[in-house]
Amino acid sequence: MLKHGHKQDFEPARRRPKQLIRSAGIRFSLVYAAVFGVSAFLLAVSLWYSTVGLLQRQVESSIRGDALSLSTQYQFGGVPGLIAAIHMRLSETGDTESIYLLLDPLGNRIIGNLDQWPKRLTQVDTWYQLNVTRDGVNSLALLRAFALPGGEQMLVGRDVRARSELRNVLRDGLIWALGIMVVLGLLGAFVIRTMFRRMIKELSNTTRAIARGDLTRRVPKTGDGDEFDELADVINDMLDRISRLMDGVRQVSNAIAHDLRTPITRARARLEDASLHAHTADDLQSAIERATLDLDGIVGVFEALLRIAEIEAGSRRSAFTAIDLTPMLHDIDELYRAVAEERGLQLETAIASRLPILGDRELVQQAVANLLDNALKFSAPGTTISFLARADEAVIEISIADRGPGISEEDRDRATERFFRAETARSTSGSGLGLALVAAVAQLHNGTLHLADNHPGLRAVITLPMLEKKTQQ
Amino acid sequence: MRILVVEDDKDVAGFVVKGLREAGHTVEHADNGRDGLFLAASENFDAIILDRMLPGGIDGLRLLETLRAQDNTTPVVFLSALGQVDDRVKGLKAGGDDYLTKPFAFAELLARVEALTRRGKSDGPTTRLAVGDLEMDLLSRTVRRGANKIDLQPREFRLLEYLMRHAGQVVTRTMLLEGVWDYHFDPQTNVIDVHVSRLRQKIDKPFDLPLLHTVRNAGYMLRAEEV
Repeated sequence: MLKHGHKQDFEPARRRPKQLIRSAGIRFSLVYAAVFGVSAFLLAVSLWYSTVGLLQRQVESSIRGDALSLSTQYQFGGVPGLIAAIHMRLSETGDTESIYLLLDPLGNRIIGNLDQWPKRLTQVDTWYQLNVTRDGVNSLALLRAFALPGGEQMLVGRDVRARSELRNVLRDGLIWALGIMVVLGLLGAFVIRTMFRRMIKELSNTTRAIARGDLTRRVPKTGDGDEFDELADVINDMLDRISRLMDGVRQVSNAIAHDLRTPITRARARLEDASLHAHTADDLQSAIERATLDLDGIVGVFEALLRIAEIEAGSRRSAFTAIDLTPMLHDIDELYRAVAEERGLQLETAIASRLPILGDRELVQQAVANLLDNALKFSAPGTTISFLARADEAVIEISIADRGPGISEEDRDRATERFFRAETARSTSGSGLGLALVAAVAQLHNGTLHLADNHPGLRAVITLPMLEKKTQQ
Repeated sequence: MRILVVEDDKDVAGFVVKGLREAGHTVEHADNGRDGLFLAASENFDAIILDRMLPGGIDGLRLLETLRAQDNTTPVVFLSALGQVDDRVKGLKAGGDDYLTKPFAFAELLARVEALTRRGKSDGPTTRLAVGDLEMDLLSRTVRRGANKIDLQPREFRLLEYLMRHAGQVVTRTMLLEGVWDYHFDPQTNVIDVHVSRLRQKIDKPFDLPLLHTVRNAGYMLRAEEV
């Protein structure tokens, strides 16, 4: 089944009609052709009816006006007056279209340019379009009969052969136009389908290459800034993020392999050494204790890694509540102040009176504690650590700055990676996970961790979005 | 004390049982949830150490929920490899009194179990605590040792109160972090040691008999007699 499907992907030319309908490109182009055709047809029909209708109405009103003026003549001059009027009209040169016929009450022709009363004309005051013989020539005419008060019957009409020819020309023109439109529509549909296929092809080529493991491939952009470019951008962004995550995973597994191997090796060596060389119970005891400490260190690294993963997964966001950071930060300050004093360091603290956020108290607490741990670890006695927390318009800024060795500029971007340790920090204890956790916490709260030069030393700034007042109360 | 250990891993169970017996407790052991529930429901224990993932169809959470549904209030310490915050919250919600993540130090487990059983006993509201000649008045929030009044910062007062409530027991650094500072992680810095040593300066330094003792590889203990 899978194999079959694969084959179809690579041989689109052999698709059967039913599968052809399933092609989105063909569907789009068919819809395009249908919409184009229907609108062209509607345009032609409306053009046809409005043109032909206008011609018809013009003829009708001309006949009506003519008949009205003739019946006026009849009223004032009787039958002779009418005859004179018709005669005058018939003798006018140039007018070759008008048709008249006047019959006496017995049905005999009095005057007119029609040889006889058309047989099919039976009712008065009704429009007829009939073939008539006028002066021995066959023609098409629009006719209307009028009954006169004296019993005479009058026929007024217009020869419409020329107009009907015009109508035929129009009809032919429209039929041709429609034909051309259908061809154009199909052509447009084909063009659309080809464009569509080309865009999709680039997308599917890229994704197929990525599925096969070539993560460096990206969807090419047309450069037009159109929707397909937008889509390409979105997909490329996604691919960038995926490859960054992949890199992260690879880096972490490498780091785990390396950074955990070292303490495990140490613990193992200690135990083996003790079992081979320890001569007294005390030696054995101390070796075991130190190995246990090594194992505790390994467990600590594991726990930190798991915690970072847990934070990065974002599941703790569901437990976010509205909290004021101020009391918690004062507690941390109090907890660390004693240690700072013990080490001959000065802790300068300024914490704003209200720092509302939507977040996880425990995580922010741990993040701030990590930064203070770092600052204490890298500070020489007699120096000052500053611990500031202030609220700007929409953000809360917690900054911890020390006068230690700091982090060099090229290392600063990488300092938040798991297990990264700057050259200057190699000699101190620590797992290289502290800043990674801080960054993860900041990110979880839609905030940032920014590392800057404190000239000398390191200034770490956590920025968190402030909670609006109304939701806080 | 009579303690029930419900743990399926033979090595861990053996280690815990041996340690508890050495500390002077009577220990029963069950290696699956069914037996554990039967023992916990039919006999009286001062504390239960409970694994979360157990064979026998009943896991630790179900066991505890069943027990609590029968109005059994025996203190329970979870001992589990499930260490995420959610797991911890679930364990405490199900009626657990404490939650310890594997791997663990036995001293930590012992201290927590002993702290729990003590908590179970003192029900009535205490207004006064005393260890040796050290006295704490919880209403006026004053501390005296012998005839001398000792001035303490609010946090030092809480630290001493915690130690006095667990007088005669080992109190670990983690317990102090959780109980006094409400911290649920280990800082890299030895913050607790610094605070305890400051407290020691105030309550022990001017006097002959030290009350606040450091217990190696475990934590601290406040007691009047020599350790």
